[in-house]
Amino acid sequence: MAEKKKLNLKREPIPRQDPHLRAHNFDEVALGYSVDQAKREADRCLGCKKPRCVAGCPVEVDIPGFIGRIQEGDFIGGARVIKETNSLPAICGRVCPQEDQCEKLCILAKKGAAVAIGRLERFVADYEAQHQAVEIPPRAPSTGKKVAVVGAGPAGLTVAGDLAKLGHGVTIFEALHEPGGVLIYGIPEFRLPKVIVKREVDYITSLGVELKLSFVVGQTQTVDEFLNSGYDAVFLGNGAGLPYFMNIPGENYNGVYSANEFLTRSNLMKAFQFPEYDTPIKMGRRVAVVGGGNVAMDSLRTALRLGAEKVTCVYRRSRAEMPAREEEIENAEEEGIEFKLLTNPISIQGNEQGWVKGMECVRMELGSPDESGRRRPVPIKGSEFVMDVDQVIVAIGQGANPLVAATTSGLETNKWGYIVADPLTGVTSKEGVYAGGDIVTGAATVILAMGAGRNTARAIDVYLRGKRSA
Amino acid sequence: MPFLLGVSATGWAGTSDFTGILGCVQEQQQREFLSWPYLLSVRREYLMKNGDGRKGERTPLERNGHGPLNEIVLMRSLSPEIKLYKVKSPLIAKKRKAGQFVVVRLDERGERIPLTIADSDPQGGTITLVVQEVGATTKRMGMLREGDKLWDVVGPLGKPTEIENFGRVVCVGGGVGNAVVYPIAQAMKAAGNRVISIIGARTKDLLVLEEENRAVSDELFVTTDDGSYGRHGFVTDELAKVLQDGPRVDLVVAIGPAIMMKAVCDLTKNYHIPTVVSLNSIMVDATGMCGACRVEVGGKTKFVCVDGPEFDGHQVDFDLLMARLRMYLPEEQQAMEVLEQKAEAR
Ligand SMILES: Cc1cc2nc3c(=O)[nH]c(=O)nc-3n(C[C@H](O)[C@H](O)[C@H](O)COP(=O)(O)OP(=O)(O)OC[C@H]3O[C@@H](n4cnc5c(N)ncnc54)[C@H](O)[C@@H]3O)c2cc1C
Ligand SMILES: Cc1cc2nc3c(=O)[nH]c(=O)nc-3n(C[C@H](O)[C@H](O)[C@H](O)COP(=O)(O)OP(=O)(O)OC[C@H]3O[C@@H](n4cnc5c(N)ncnc54)[C@H](O)[C@@H]3O)c2cc1C
Ligand code: SF4
Ligand code: FES
Repeated sequence: MAEKKKLNLKREPIPRQDPHLRAHNFDEVALGYSVDQAKREADRCLGCKKPRCVAGCPVEVDIPGFIGRIQEGDFIGGARVIKETNSLPAICGRVCPQEDQCEKLCILAKKGAAVAIGRLERFVADYEAQHQAVEIPPRAPSTGKKVAVVGAGPAGLTVAGDLAKLGHGVTIFEALHEPGGVLIYGIPEFRLPKVIVKREVDYITSLGVELKLSFVVGQTQTVDEFLNSGYDAVFLGNGAGLPYFMNIPGENYNGVYSANEFLTRSNLMKAFQFPEYDTPIKMGRRVAVVGGGNVAMDSLRTALRLGAEKVTCVYRRSRAEMPAREEEIENAEEEGIEFKLLTNPISIQGNEQGWVKGMECVRMELGSPDESGRRRPVPIKGSEFVMDVDQVIVAIGQGANPLVAATTSGLETNKWGYIVADPLTGVTSKEGVYAGGDIVTGAATVILAMGAGRNTARAIDVYLRGKRSA
Repeated sequence: MPFLLGVSATGWAGTSDFTGILGCVQEQQQREFLSWPYLLSVRREYLMKNGDGRKGERTPLERNGHGPLNEIVLMRSLSPEIKLYKVKSPLIAKKRKAGQFVVVRLDERGERIPLTIADSDPQGGTITLVVQEVGATTKRMGMLREGDKLWDVVGPLGKPTEIENFGRVVCVGGGVGNAVVYPIAQAMKAAGNRVISIIGARTKDLLVLEEENRAVSDELFVTTDDGSYGRHGFVTDELAKVLQDGPRVDLVVAIGPAIMMKAVCDLTKNYHIPTVVSLNSIMVDATGMCGACRVEVGGKTKFVCVDGPEFDGHQVDFDLLMARLRMYLPEEQQAMEVLEQKAEAR
């Protein structure tokens, strides 16, 4: 390792909006590095010969490679290096859980000062876009093969882009009226500005991909119909969009939302601008969000921005077990979100008109580890108490929506309804049908969905080339 | 009340939020000044001054929509508040079965509203919608003209009605439900059932699709709440008579306001007659992704958009459905006020 270089353990902070201000607007919280800041941060990278960080990245971005370009001042070159393996750097730089991936393994992490890989990734991607340097690669000659992609989330968009570059004709079918999947309807503006998602989608369509919106596969047409009407292959990237509820009494009172509904109303339907936009959203004054993942953090912070007086996170384990990105938990704390940890709801109480007026909870303690290796929370007898809330948002996870699988013949699913597919090639039990992203793995991450898309595109390409023209 | 917020002139993706737009709030960075009641008053003030903040003309629509699709090829008033639309949508026209619905969005800023497919013409590539103007979106839809396009039409959604030869089937419709029940009566008849239709409305003017329903029914009864046409009374009065006097009924299909469906189910329960209802819960995506449409059927939570819209009426918790339908009353009123102000201004 480059021992000669003097270790700089001062991580360059990222400028952020003031917490008092940002708690009331939907603008992006982290403002991004300036050129100087990016260079200072990049200079801390040791350019390890055997980079540990790369092993932590699900798609093995050449991290020292792109950071090296930043050191040289070649920012656009840096973006190109990342794009060799990651087609969505502006998005991943913002939403990847770097502290569990690349940055966790960084040699400097031991000293508590891992290189801010995600922020640098975001920097070069934004720089490239701002300087209009995004290149549209020449298209390979048309192969005459047609592929249908179901779902315009990160998995579907990646597959579509890669296959189009290889000369295949690709059509994406998306159920909602806007492309982007969770990036559009789930993750809020203040964490991932929608212009960035739009930019990525525009890029994909500039490659010649056709986008059919408001098309529900399984209802408008089925996968079998695609295969019988001239599509040579189908990719299923329909995500894990089915909201779970807690199955406790009172969950259907007015004022109880699934996180999906709450976030969709605010993000996709732009209800936070009602009545400028037509879709309304209920804004609670005292809001409880149940859950400890990214979805919960997004719901908490959206509720706050919609004007709630008090917003509380109710999570049954302790802070250490919270699956949300560390940075977002910190952001939430800074903005004044209250955390009631080791607490589990047991019922929701309503008034005579059917509106939420309280939530009964029980305190928990951590017992012995469960299958996931995390210590199992167990209720403490007699510790029940009632929280005074008028809105409850349930953010305890999502599962597989059965719509696509149920209408496709010969497609194998597991007991939770996820599609069974080879993790490396996306091959399913049905010939010509591939799958990847959350619909295979269960709710995971953007980078894993994108990575699955990448790998599957390669497998589909091989399949199509082997397939004789009909 | 809806409160909030960022009536941003640049829209969602813009840089401004309500702190930027509402200059008066700008200095007040402290949390307590931005509390809920305060925001509410600012919001109200802003609306008073600037109307709803919509830029420019929005109705009839920003008309570039999606290609030649979704064009309204025919529009007809059936009653003062109910209109029939024929909309170009070849894929849905081909695919749809009785009992299914579409989700419609009028324009870029529109909400997604579910509407039953009352009929379709697979050859001509059109579907028929019959819409009652109950609120801002349906009223704005009524302001469209032939040749205009609907921004989005998604479907066909939901499960189709289970059509079999049951024997004697009574189809009960109330208000705009007469349009929803029509394709089902039609399919039931085609499957060989003896179809008795009971259709009702508040008053004669509001009665729709009488002739269409008559054409697919072996017997047809009409009721109006005010006695201006047909039998004076509710559809349930007529239904009670049919159940009491006539031969055994094998199935009842009831579609209309929740309160009407509830009354029908209370009645048929006594006779142990299987009863199918089509629920009209509030929806957002209508693909099973959000849970806005959830209801309780037999004590279990169901999503109307994917598990329904039709359910065993005797198992449905109608009180919950009705409470949930009231969820956005203040917002619906506000949207109407805004729409009326706009109409006056014009
Ligand atoms: C609120 C929230 C916050 C998150 N935060 C993070 C984060 O910070 N970092 C991170 O890495 N991950 C995060 N995730 C997870 C991440 O977004 C997902 O893992 C990722 O988006 C999965 O991508 P996908 O392409 O598999 O599916 P999705 O993004 O879910 O896209 C699936 C698409 O398919 C469409 N579709 C579904 N059914 C049909 C059908 N029948 N016909 C046509 N189209 C259909 C859907 O409408 C959707 O657009 C978050 C998720 C949520 C919900
Ligand atoms: C499966 C299904 C099929 C339907 N078919 C028809 C039909 O064929 N013809 C017809 O006229 N109406 C139909 N409806 C009802 C129609 O969707 C609502 O009348 C419409 O959404 C009202 O919108 P608005 O803005 O005009 O009125 P609002 O002012 O928003 O609401 C007026 C009333 O409509 C209900 N409502 C509001 N938003 C929704 C929503 N998103 N979904 C459902 N109900 C809502 C409210 O409870 C309220 O009582 C159907 C509803 C469902 C769920
Ligand atoms: S893609 Fe994600 S994990 Fe990989 S280097 Fe970038 S931020 Fe780290
Ligand atoms: S409308 Fe969203 S799940 Fe039914």
